[in-house]
Amino acid sequence: MTNTIVVTDRLTKRYGDRLAVDDVSLTVRRGEVYGFLGPNGAGKTTTLRMLLGLVRPTSGTATILGHAPGESGATARVGALVEGPGFYPYLSGRDNLRVMARYQGVSDQAVEDALARVDLSERGDDAFKSYSLGMKQRLGVASALLGEPDLLVLDEPTNGLDPGGMADMRKLVVDLAEQGQTVLLSSHLLAEVQEICDRVGVIAHGRLLAESTVAELRGASTLLVRAQPVELALSVSMQVAGDDAVQLTDAGVRLELPEDRAPELARALVAAGADIHEIRPSERSLEDVFFEMTTDQEENR
Amino acid sequence: MSTATMTGRPAARGETRAVPTALGGLLASARAELLRLRKWPAVWVLATVWLLLNLTFAYLFNYVAYATGSSGFSNEGVAPEALLPELLPAAIPSVLTGGMPMFGGAIMFILGALAAGSGFGWGTWKTVLTQGPGRLSAFGGTLAAVGVAVVAVVAATVALDFAASTLIAVVEGQSIVWPELGALAESVGGGLLIFGMWAAAGVLVGVLTRSPALAVGLGLVWSLVIENLLRGVGNLLSGVEYVTNVLPGTAAGSVAGALGAGAEGDPDGAPGVLTVLDGGPATLLVAAYLVVFAAVAALLMRRRDVV
Repeated sequence: MTNTIVVTDRLTKRYGDRLAVDDVSLTVRRGEVYGFLGPNGAGKTTTLRMLLGLVRPTSGTATILGHAPGESGATARVGALVEGPGFYPYLSGRDNLRVMARYQGVSDQAVEDALARVDLSERGDDAFKSYSLGMKQRLGVASALLGEPDLLVLDEPTNGLDPGGMADMRKLVVDLAEQGQTVLLSSHLLAEVQEICDRVGVIAHGRLLAESTVAELRGASTLLVRAQPVELALSVSMQVAGDDAVQLTDAGVRLELPEDRAPELARALVAAGADIHEIRPSERSLEDVFFEMTTDQEENR
Repeated sequence: MSTATMTGRPAARGETRAVPTALGGLLASARAELLRLRKWPAVWVLATVWLLLNLTFAYLFNYVAYATGSSGFSNEGVAPEALLPELLPAAIPSVLTGGMPMFGGAIMFILGALAAGSGFGWGTWKTVLTQGPGRLSAFGGTLAAVGVAVVAVVAATVALDFAASTLIAVVEGQSIVWPELGALAESVGGGLLIFGMWAAAGVLVGVLTRSPALAVGLGLVWSLVIENLLRGVGNLLSGVEYVTNVLPGTAAGSVAGALGAGAEGDPDGAPGVLTVLDGGPATLLVAAYLVVFAAVAALLMRRRDVV
C-alpha cells in the first residue's frame, strides 16, 4: 500500500489574467494531519477543489490514492467539506445525509453513526435551513465522515463556529488522527493548525511557500532573557550560546539554546553580576514564521 | 455557546463506501435523487397545480357549461350538448394531452429547471459530485429521477381523467365505454414525450444558467410568449415559418393535435395544441429534442468546473 495519499505536481489554475494557484506541488502522507495554511484568497480552496475533481487544473497534475481527481476510485475514497456545507435546505439534516448515503451506497445506519459523531442526532429531524452556522458545518463534517473515507478533506472546518464549537472540531480532528485517519485541513487560523497538524503547507498568492513539519517550520527552540544591564546580558549570552546564536530583540535577548541549558545560562549571568528579570523558553509561533515568509515574498515580487 | 461534544470515535469502524461502477453509480444516484425529489414540497406543489389545471380545464369548466347549458370561458360557440362526449371515458385519449404542450409543459419545465439548477446555488452539486459516482453517473441519476417524476405525473393525470370522466358518465346516466387500449397507449406515450421533452429542456436551461430563478423565468417566457410570437410572425413571413415549424413547442403541440386534442383554431381547442406537423414527424422531433436536451446538459455537467 502506497504511503502517499495525495501528490500534486506543479498544479496551476488560471482564471483569465489571475493565477489562483501557481505551480503547487505538495504531498500528503497516509495517517497524517496535513495543514494547508494561508490567508483568505491564497488559493487554498481552489487547490482543494482541483484535488476533488470539481475544478480542472489549467496545467499540472494531481493524484489522489493513485487516481486522477474526479475518478470514482478517488472520490469514493475521499470525504470532503469544501467551502461551506452544501445541502438541500428543505430536507432535514438526517434526510440530507440519507441522500448522500444513497449516492455512496451505504446504509441508513451509517447515517445515524455519522450524526452521532458530530452530536447532531437529536436535531437530525430539523430542516437544514433552520440550523445554525455551526450545526450546518457539523453536518458537513458528518457527511464527509460518511462511508469511512481514506482521506478527509476539510476546508476551513471551524468557519462560523463559536469558541466551544472550534474546540470540539479540533478534538474531533485529533480523535480521528489518533485512529489513523488521514486529514487534509485548510485554515487561515495559524494557531489552530499549529496545534493539530503533523505537517503544513504554507500558501500565499497561489504559491506554496514551504512544506514541512510544524517543528521544522518554527525552527530551533529559543530562550528569551530579560536582564540588566542589557550589554552585559548580551555578552554573557554570546559566551554561553555562541556569537551567531544570539539576537537582541524588543522583548529581550533571544538565544538559540535548548531549554535544558537555561540553568547554566542563569548561573553565568549571576556570576557576571547581571540582574535577571526573566528567562523563559520562547518558540516562534507559526504566525511569526508565516509573516516572515509572506513578507519575504512580497519583497521579492 | 456550544455545549456539544463531537467525538471522532465511532463504536466500531463504520460502513465503508465502495468504488462504484458507472452503472452502479447511476442507480445509486437515481435512488438518492428520488429520495430528495420525493421529499421536496416544490415538486408536490407543481404536480398538484398541473393536476388541478387539468381537472379544471378538461372537465370542470366544460361540465359546468354542459350542465348549465351555457358556453364558458374555453368553449365559446360550442353547443352545450356537443361537450358531453368529450367528458366521457372513451374520449380520454384525445383529451389527455390537450393541456400538456403549453401549460403542463411549462410546469414540467419548472420541475426540470428546479431539479438541476438549484444545486448550484445550494452547493449540493459540489457535495453530490464528491460522493463517489462519476459526473455522468451522478447527473444521469438526476435525469432518471426527473424522468420517474414525469412518469408519475402522467400516470396521475390518466388516473384523474379516468376518475373524473367516469364520475360524469355515472352522474349523467351515460353507459360507460372505456377507451381503446391502443389509442390510450398512444396518448400516454405522447404525453410522456411532451412532458419529458419540457422537463429535459428545464434541466438543460437549469444547468446552463446555474440558477433556478433565471432558468424558470427564461423557460416560461420562451414557452408561453416567445414561441407564440414567433409563430405569429411565421404566419406572415414565409421564411420564418420553416424555423417556427420545428420549434419544441410546435412539435409538442403537433403531437397533442395528432392525438386528437382540440387545436388552437378550434372553438373548443386548447392553447398550444397545433396541427402544423403530422403525428409521425412531430413525435420524432419531440423525441429528438428530449435526447438532445438531456445529452447537451450531461455534456455541460461533465466538462464544466463546479464552483
